[in-house]
Amino acid sequence: MAAVEERRSAALALDPEEARRARGARLERVGRWLLPILIMVAAVWLWDRLCVWNEIPRYILPRPGVVAATLITDRALLFSSLLVTLRITFLSLLLAVFGGVGLAILFTQSKWVEMSFFPFAIVLQVTPIVAIFPLINIYVDNQTAKLLLCSWIVAFFPILSNTTLGLNSVDRNLLDLFRLNGASRWQQLRLLKLPAAMPYFLGGLKIAGGLSLIGAVVAEFVAGASGQSSGLASRIIEAGYRLNAPRLFAALFLISLTGILIFLALSLVSHLALRRWHESALSAER
Amino acid sequence: MTVSTAGMKRDGPMPDDEGEPLLILRNVGKTFSNGVTALADVDLTIRQGDFLSLLGPSGCGKSTVLRLIAGLTTPTSGTLDWRKALGEDCVGFVFQEPTLLPWADVFDNVWLPLRLRGRSRAEAASAVGTLLERVRLTGFEKAMPRELSGGMKMRVSIARALVTKPRLLLMDEPFAALDEITRFRLNDDLLDLWQEQHFTVVFVTHSVFESVFLSSRIAVMAARPGRVFDEIAVETPQPRSEAFRTSPDYAALCRQASDVLLGAINQAPAGARNGGR
Repeated sequence: MAAVEERRSAALALDPEEARRARGARLERVGRWLLPILIMVAAVWLWDRLCVWNEIPRYILPRPGVVAATLITDRALLFSSLLVTLRITFLSLLLAVFGGVGLAILFTQSKWVEMSFFPFAIVLQVTPIVAIFPLINIYVDNQTAKLLLCSWIVAFFPILSNTTLGLNSVDRNLLDLFRLNGASRWQQLRLLKLPAAMPYFLGGLKIAGGLSLIGAVVAEFVAGASGQSSGLASRIIEAGYRLNAPRLFAALFLISLTGILIFLALSLVSHLALRRWHESALSAER
Repeated sequence: MTVSTAGMKRDGPMPDDEGEPLLILRNVGKTFSNGVTALADVDLTIRQGDFLSLLGPSGCGKSTVLRLIAGLTTPTSGTLDWRKALGEDCVGFVFQEPTLLPWADVFDNVWLPLRLRGRSRAEAASAVGTLLERVRLTGFEKAMPRELSGGMKMRVSIARALVTKPRLLLMDEPFAALDEITRFRLNDDLLDLWQEQHFTVVFVTHSVFESVFLSSRIAVMAARPGRVFDEIAVETPQPRSEAFRTSPDYAALCRQASDVLLGAINQAPAGARNGGR
């Protein structure tokens, strides 16, 4: 597609301004990828140099190469921990989707239900999870359930709030059209409200994806302090106690990478679901 | 002014009850909860086979009349007297905006009213196909609304309103947002469909020219409170062609309608202006 465009612009006799604009657009396409990579490489290089120049011991700040080596040598330990964290993250995201969308649908069935219960959702959201967790720790015995609950509380709110907004932003004329044609509540929900809420839901999902990872890690931190968990966060705590900075950094790297991958995956899902109709997913045609 | 159907020559077999009253609005009033009186004492007869335009300035309650007829709202006072029992399928509605489902393609949008009545895609296919052909959109079944021009979207919207074969088609300023060339074309298309399928139309507009070109009858409305100010019969025979648009008859009718509309606008609202009636 880009090749076709380039051939077309090459064939066209462009005035200097248009040619400059076309060149600018081409540069921007390359720069969008190249620049962040270059900056990242430079930052890693600088990190490495700082360690060497200042002779920083590896238990304070390990060189990037050491962190990479630790990723390989400690891979069995780190990846099994990563799996534990991932399991909590995805399970809680799944629960957040069902819980958030389910509650949102319930809310839109009746204004009264929404008025009554939405404030509770907000209270749950604004109370720092670190402060709630000791309570959960007392009341819930099962370790997985504990972590899930904690991570779910963090992740479900953006989905609930966005989906509720989406379900409530249906074109009034379309609602009238459905009424005129004698649509049932179920038809109205399935054929009108849910599709209309889709872009809002997907926006919430992208936020919730990151938050469920954060929720899982925070929960592990709190639980890990009492030596009950084996997720990545508890590896970080453990490595901190043992002054094993390379492993700490390696675990941190894995968490970051996971967050980025979750975000990219959900962006892709969102793009695929909306590309045929929603403005946000359309390529700039004009 | 008298109402006549003498000039309404139409193609095809004409239903026996052509010209019979379909719906009579008697002293219909509508007051909203915020205290605004949208309509007061509206008397209006809609006849079988009519192309009735509601012409008036903004805020005169034209759309409210349409919503009352559609059953989307109820009158505060007065009655809507249906003289012919219309089944549930029998009212089609076209909004000012095309109001299509943006996530559904053209076929699915036209299928929607039948789908809501439990008709499967396969069962609806021939009805949808026929209507898309009638509005010259064959081949666009798979197109998404965003890929269509404003006029094409409106044609999809009209096809959707007609897919249930309604006996009454309600249109709320459907062409107001379109450019003139597109609007003329859609006016012609609408008249063709009306003659062919013998439905009754109530058409809300604020364009004198459009109402004269399309209608068999024009009800001019006045504002604050909304009411029917006067009625004009347009007896020019159908089908009306491009030649009618430039004929002296058309100009004279437009003039007449403009005068009545001006009278409706200048007539002072009760108590709001000196010398008001």
